Amino acid sequence: MTWFYLASGLFLGWSLGANDAANVFGTAVGTKMVRFKVAAMVASIFVILGAVISGAGAAHTLGKLGSVNALGGSFTVALAAALTVSWMTKLGLPVSTTQAIVGAIVGWDFFSGALVDTDALTKIVSTWVISPVLTAIFSFLFFKLTRWSLRVIKMHLLEMDLNTRLALILIGAFGAYSLGANNIANVMGVFVTANPFPDVNILGILTLSGKQLLFLIGGIAIAVGIYSYSYRVMKTVGSDLFKLSPIAALIVVFSESIVLFIFASQKLEHLLIRLNLPTIPLVPVSSSQAVVGGVIGIAFARGGGRAINFRVLTRIFWGWIVTPLTAGVISFFALFFMQNVFQQKVYEPIPYVISEAVYEKLNSMDIRDPGLGVLKGKVFRNGRRFKKALKNLTKLSSREINEVIRIAEIDSLKIDSTVANEKLSPHWFTYAQLKAVKSLHGRIFAYKWQLQDALAALCEEWRFKEDTRRNRPYNRELEMKYEKLFEVFRISKMRERYDELHELMGF
Amino acid sequence: MFSVFRKTKELEGKIDEFLNVILEAALEFKQGMKYYLEGDFDEFEKRSEHVDQLEGRADRLRREIENKLYMEMLLPEARGDVLALLENSDDVLNIVADTIVEFSVEKPEFPPEISNHFMGLVDVSLEAVEEMVATVRAYFKDLTAVRDHVTKIMFFEKESDKIGERIKRFLFDKSDIDLSRKIHIRTFVTYLQTIADKAEDVGDRVSIYTIKRLM
Repeated sequence: MTWFYLASGLFLGWSLGANDAANVFGTAVGTKMVRFKVAAMVASIFVILGAVISGAGAAHTLGKLGSVNALGGSFTVALAAALTVSWMTKLGLPVSTTQAIVGAIVGWDFFSGALVDTDALTKIVSTWVISPVLTAIFSFLFFKLTRWSLRVIKMHLLEMDLNTRLALILIGAFGAYSLGANNIANVMGVFVTANPFPDVNILGILTLSGKQLLFLIGGIAIAVGIYSYSYRVMKTVGSDLFKLSPIAALIVVFSESIVLFIFASQKLEHLLIRLNLPTIPLVPVSSSQAVVGGVIGIAFARGGGRAINFRVLTRIFWGWIVTPLTAGVISFFALFFMQNVFQQKVYEPIPYVISEAVYEKLNSMDIRDPGLGVLKGKVFRNGRRFKKALKNLTKLSSREINEVIRIAEIDSLKIDSTVANEKLSPHWFTYAQLKAVKSLHGRIFAYKWQLQDALAALCEEWRFKEDTRRNRPYNRELEMKYEKLFEVFRISKMRERYDELHELMGF
Repeated sequence: MFSVFRKTKELEGKIDEFLNVILEAALEFKQGMKYYLEGDFDEFEKRSEHVDQLEGRADRLRREIENKLYMEMLLPEARGDVLALLENSDDVLNIVADTIVEFSVEKPEFPPEISNHFMGLVDVSLEAVEEMVATVRAYFKDLTAVRDHVTKIMFFEKESDKIGERIKRFLFDKSDIDLSRKIHIRTFVTYLQTIADKAEDVGDRVSIYTIKRLM
């Protein structure tokens, strides 16, 4: 059954491989500089490596947008995105998996009544605009630099040919790695919360977390897409869409790869922070649009924007709107069908209640409002209703409302030290962290923050640091660890029977 | 891996050698013509024979290069252009070789007033060939230099037209030479002009191919 649910994600991965590998190797193969066999092999290997090693960063952001928490929902969301992608490809519209999946997730948010994280959404949407512009700037600069250096170096045509081939393969490998790291989030991101896989150890040498295993499978689906279908797409890219010389193509691919990489690399983020430079959000971006940006950069470097086809630009602009909208609508209706016709669970309802404990916690956080007292004890079946009630009955600021929502979200977590031994990797969690978790054996928590408070009280290493730029990666890492705890210790059925839970907690 | 680099170097060497052969043939032709006009036919014949050998060698080299380019799938973008360049440069060499053979066979007699001018024609026409070789070399190694060389070819080609016309006018104005001899000499003037013409054609091609390659 798990595999059936994953199928739509695999389909999405396949279509990503079929379409987007051409953004990396299209011109190289289309101009016959690199043989398809070589390109497909390099692309497949590095896409998988990128997905498994560096896929987590961008997936984290996408997960924030909507943590699709039931496999049936993940299946439907990925299917909606995949359908949108294939439909729009058929219509010959430039389409990006990223935009489709974001639309589909927001569709799920609407259907399940979950709240849309506007911060994450703004972050993601703004990178759609930023990434092609950034690629254009990079390719402009690299083009000028390359042209200048080729004039100085005076390389023989044959040597240039050889070097270009080698560079196309090398940079193609980097591009495939970045593509995997950045775009695996699109393929498998919606499955992360409902991830069915445990951690596995391969021959005692290598431990793959459940998430990495999920990304590995997604990466393989992409590789299958590359082998089975991308040749056709590559031939079109190389010969029809934009005629580029191999060197210009090299520059475009390099710029695109850098952009995909910087929007995916956590290591780079750490480095930027250490150097006191502004950081870049880790977000899945569209490789196709980055490529178009790169080509525009070259056009400008060659002298003026006369060569730019403005119709292409308008089409991309419409893509930003039409793709997510279509995917969102398809996702919403597909979820409706899944739930009501096929009787599949597409989301775990997340109830909210202001209990005594929540009320006190809010008090301690200095969030006070007479309205909160009125709402006390009332159960809300989803985030949207709860937010509406808070807006109507209290005078809290929107930041405070978000805090209330975070605090009042009911979860059901039961700590079990055996489970902790099995599922929490000592490579990731520190010794002190694990010890603190195990000491809570048998305790039940109805709210995430209760577990967080309990752990923070026990152990320094479970405490968030002050929210400064420098501390941000540390805090995000800790956040990911907490998410892992919630995932491991959640008793999902109990969340539905929150009344029972209330009794248990003594309200 | 390293064999790829080695093979590339080897092929580069072959292309250079091919161009050297054309250049050498052009210089030999000039030298041979000097001896011819001075009446030293023995020395002329030696040079003529050498040009013929060089022509054969250039043919072999060209075939070898072309085979390698196609067998090893090199230069997928520029392959057609390179092929055309090699063939056309080789054509120029063929005309040079054919012309010197014609001299050896038909032994045209130049009136003394003309022979000086004719040597001038030989000089500019073969200088066009030398510049053509430089142009093709620049296409492979240094695109920025192409323009200067092409300009020079164009100059020499025009010059060969002018000198050729002057010789013909002078020739056909003279009443003490038979029409048959006039026509015979004219044929050789035309041969020399053709050499420069063909060299210019190669230059024109290189200009276009260069634009293609300027990214």
